[in-house]
Amino acid sequence: MMQHRSHIYGVIGEFGTPEELLHAVEKVREAGYRRFDAFAPFPVEGLSEALGLKRNLVPAITLFGGLAGGIGGFFFQYWAMAITYPLNIGGRPLNSWPAFIPVTFELAILGASLAAVFGMLALNKLPQPNHPVFNVHRFTHASSDRFFVCIESKDRKFDLAECARLLQEVHAHHITEVALD
Amino acid sequence: MSDGKPPVDSPEIRRLTPVIGPGHTFGSVTDKISSIVLTRPTSLGWYIGFLIAFSLMGMMTIAIGWLVIKGVGIWGINIPIGWGFAIVNFVWWIGIGHAGTLISAILFLLKQKWRTSINRFAEAMTLFAVACAGIFPLIHTGRPWMAFYMFPYPSTMGLWPQFRSPLIWDVFAVSTYGTVSLMFWFVGLIPDLATLRDRAVKKPLKIIYGMLSMGWRGSARHWHRYQSAYLLLAGLATPLVLSVHTVVSFDFAIAIVPGWHTTIFPPYFVAGAIYSGFAMVLTIAIPLRKVYGLEDFITMRHLDNMAKVMLATGLIVAYGYFFEFFMSSYSGNKFDVFLVQQRLHGPYAPFYYALILCNILTPQLLWSYKMRHNVTVLFIMSIVVNIGMWLERFVIVVISLTRDFVPSAWGRYSPTFWDWATFIGTIGMFVTLLFLFVRVLPAISIAEMRELVAETSEEKK
Repeated sequence: MMQHRSHIYGVIGEFGTPEELLHAVEKVREAGYRRFDAFAPFPVEGLSEALGLKRNLVPAITLFGGLAGGIGGFFFQYWAMAITYPLNIGGRPLNSWPAFIPVTFELAILGASLAAVFGMLALNKLPQPNHPVFNVHRFTHASSDRFFVCIESKDRKFDLAECARLLQEVHAHHITEVALD
Repeated sequence: MSDGKPPVDSPEIRRLTPVIGPGHTFGSVTDKISSIVLTRPTSLGWYIGFLIAFSLMGMMTIAIGWLVIKGVGIWGINIPIGWGFAIVNFVWWIGIGHAGTLISAILFLLKQKWRTSINRFAEAMTLFAVACAGIFPLIHTGRPWMAFYMFPYPSTMGLWPQFRSPLIWDVFAVSTYGTVSLMFWFVGLIPDLATLRDRAVKKPLKIIYGMLSMGWRGSARHWHRYQSAYLLLAGLATPLVLSVHTVVSFDFAIAIVPGWHTTIFPPYFVAGAIYSGFAMVLTIAIPLRKVYGLEDFITMRHLDNMAKVMLATGLIVAYGYFFEFFMSSYSGNKFDVFLVQQRLHGPYAPFYYALILCNILTPQLLWSYKMRHNVTVLFIMSIVVNIGMWLERFVIVVISLTRDFVPSAWGRYSPTFWDWATFIGTIGMFVTLLFLFVRVLPAISIAEMRELVAETSEEKK
């Protein structure tokens, strides 16, 4: 069985409802597998918990982007208006900070939003036009009405026959090998 | 359940009126929505509508071309009315955009399920409205090719924009708004683009949708981060949308012109923006559901809720008008008192009365359950409110500028052919973009509809 590990990406099973998917994910996790993933056409409630996913980095990145945009935006305005291009208008103070707030606010939002979107894409390693799971013919249904669980060959416990049996036990339909290319 | 028209409105009936027609599954919502884009043949009506809209957009292109050749003198603007149609239309368009963000962000945070089937095209409407809005200040600068001066870039002259000016705040607010709206819309589209990629039969379509979907495969680990990012974007877009029209109102409120220099402007501009935006969502939703047979997805419940939001924001706007009137009269400031009299009796008084009729009196019909459930009435009402909100901006810009402090600075304003051509042309551009949008992208979020199907089937158990 060991020779399979280098040739295939993993083994995948199909499910018809989100409940079946959740059940299967719990069972696969209980069986001790760690390198496996679930695929669903919409975010299934409770799936992240079933997979044991913890907090992700997106909120932290977003906070960082927002702070960078806001703080950077404010001091940039300060630098532009008070240091490099000072205009004396009726003797008013050059560091007229209340007037800098709207732009500071907008730049904080802009920084946070850019960080949220690009951070999410980067952590998900997207764009990634191709992926082994797309080799599975029925996987086109993953974006409409079917749910999938794929156990990867990289898992330490991976054994093709054993994984297929486990998926069968949780009532998966169409259990197939996922070719690497 | 979907056909029964209950005679009276009550919380019980509202709970029973579905946000999605009965009997839908994950597969059926996917089929129904994606078939509009992928398999449904392009109808003759689509071509005719598109041709009309595209011709109007062509008129806009000519009007802007002529403007570039001749300068802003072809418009009706003069001194003292330097703003004219350009700013009226800018504020009108940007206001329309606000409902899209409100529906997609604020109603998302409030977990309002009924937003699901209208948020996608409402967001598209936001983007297109912001695009139309952006044209006006740009061409109003007179030399649009120099507009990059408004952005802070290291120039050899060592110049920087004047960050104390509301007009520069506007540049930042509107460009941030456009960028964030685009990202929010696109992030929402990614799973649906993957659906289209997987269902497309023709190779070029597979490639195009495949590129756009960036290889989305519905992995649970991806959804996990995706949901965080979407929630955060909604949380960020909420204060943003409130800030944008606030900043737009600062363009007026920071100035000392009578009728502009009031603290009520920011909240009343924001309410007005949401008001006109919901009117525009109705104007689009009603024909859309009819033509594409989406009555199961955009149900009477949606139209009813939108009519209620319109009524509520319309009342806030009415409150704003009343206090604008009251505070000016009560202030004892003779310029403010005079301005109110000019609104009531001046040369532009008919516009003011038309505005009251369109924005305050007509929408009171929406108190009636029957009226809210009459699609024709709602459609007409939405157009009346759009006209009313345009008149509001006209009244604010023109009456104040034509009746300044000293009579020697008074003037008159009337738009020229080119003003109208540009304005109607942007409506053409807006409709052109909408026509293209419903043809090539799913007008309703398929992934969120599946989620809704899952939730409703859980509720039944």
